[in-house]
Amino acid sequence: MSTLWRVAEVVSGVPETESSRTIGLRVDGLNGNLAGQHIDIRLTADDGYTAVRSYSVATAGMDEILEITVDELANGEVSPYLVRDLMVGDQLEIRGPVGGWFVWRPTDPNPVQLIAGGSGIVPLMSMIRAHEASENPSQFRLLYSLKSPETGFYREELLTLGQESPKLTVDHFYTRKVPAGWPSAPKRLTAETLLANILPADAAPDIFICGQTMFVETATEWMVQAGYPTGSIKTERFGGTGGIR
Amino acid sequence: MGIISSGFHGKRRTGNPALPPGQYETASFPVLTAGPAPYIANADWEFFIRTETGQRRAWSWEEFLALPQVDIQTDIHCVTSWSKLGTSWRGVSLDTLFEDVETTSEFTTAHSYGGYTTNVPLQDLLDGQAWVAWEFGGEPLERAHGGPARLLVPHLYFWKSAKWINGIELMPHDVAGFWESNGYHINGDPWREERYS
Repeated sequence: MSTLWRVAEVVSGVPETESSRTIGLRVDGLNGNLAGQHIDIRLTADDGYTAVRSYSVATAGMDEILEITVDELANGEVSPYLVRDLMVGDQLEIRGPVGGWFVWRPTDPNPVQLIAGGSGIVPLMSMIRAHEASENPSQFRLLYSLKSPETGFYREELLTLGQESPKLTVDHFYTRKVPAGWPSAPKRLTAETLLANILPADAAPDIFICGQTMFVETATEWMVQAGYPTGSIKTERFGGTGGIR
Repeated sequence: MGIISSGFHGKRRTGNPALPPGQYETASFPVLTAGPAPYIANADWEFFIRTETGQRRAWSWEEFLALPQVDIQTDIHCVTSWSKLGTSWRGVSLDTLFEDVETTSEFTTAHSYGGYTTNVPLQDLLDGQAWVAWEFGGEPLERAHGGPARLLVPHLYFWKSAKWINGIELMPHDVAGFWESNGYHINGDPWREERYS
């Protein structure tokens, strides 16, 4: 049952950026997860106080092990502990994986456009990994908007996949600071730039957009206005505010 | 008691008895939607109730505004664990809308513009428990939060409070709606922590 709390053991903890960390969890009896699902994590203090938060899973189909990437939120209650204090060998409780909507299945036939804002890359990365591990030949394209190269998750893996995978195209878009030698200056993401760097509407892609609320709202509006059918767009948002910068 | 995380202290924001189990209080109003927010002009909006016999009642925006309006102060609880306490809304009670509706059905499906559905037992919609709300915090409800109007069923998790509400269909059985078909609980009572199926 996915709704029961289960014990997970921390098997790895690797920094992604200065403020984030990828945490590997082993859960006895876990039978993999769908790409795009999330888990709930429950932390319990020594006096019994508990706090629960949801985190997207970054991996897919790894049997008893899954990975999440946690970005530390200023004033966060749970994320600072997960990023800074949790250690390999520690145990915590998880519920899930859950979710049957914002998911990609290896049997899905359509090309896929992924649009990530910042740490919104996490569930989309699980789709990329599931797609790469599958025989599914459909084209994937990722537009990854981030503030600077240093804030990027899965940098080497995305660089390598972008170079080598015959079925994945990766486009990075930097809004505050670009890597050395980048052909353009950092700037706000505009509708024109977004639309020029995604699969065209007539390719009929399935579209997954994940990021902060304002990022998702704005990108979605642009795509709907450009003629992408609303029924083809699936979104996942987090945070109360935040814009496209 | 579960696994203890030594060194984890937390912020103790859940000591409030107004918070259901596993919820924390937030001051912001996060937006959670499965896809794009539909545009519905007030002039194009209507709210319908359709019974199991096919009888249909509908109100235009103007007719809807001419109904008795009530102010609602309530806490709302999202399944993603945030709660917002003391929110204020204005709208029409479902008791008003169901006044002349004859039905023997016990279940309903709420239909939204854009195709979203959610199932709510009729007994959860009546007796002062649910409204069609079009004002939030004294302002017209923003499109991102379901404007022109959304269902407000605050004693259930907030996905049951369908945004961009279009109407309510009375159902012979309890038929799972959108999230209820995608891993979420059929009832969604936050006090019983009915999050997932």
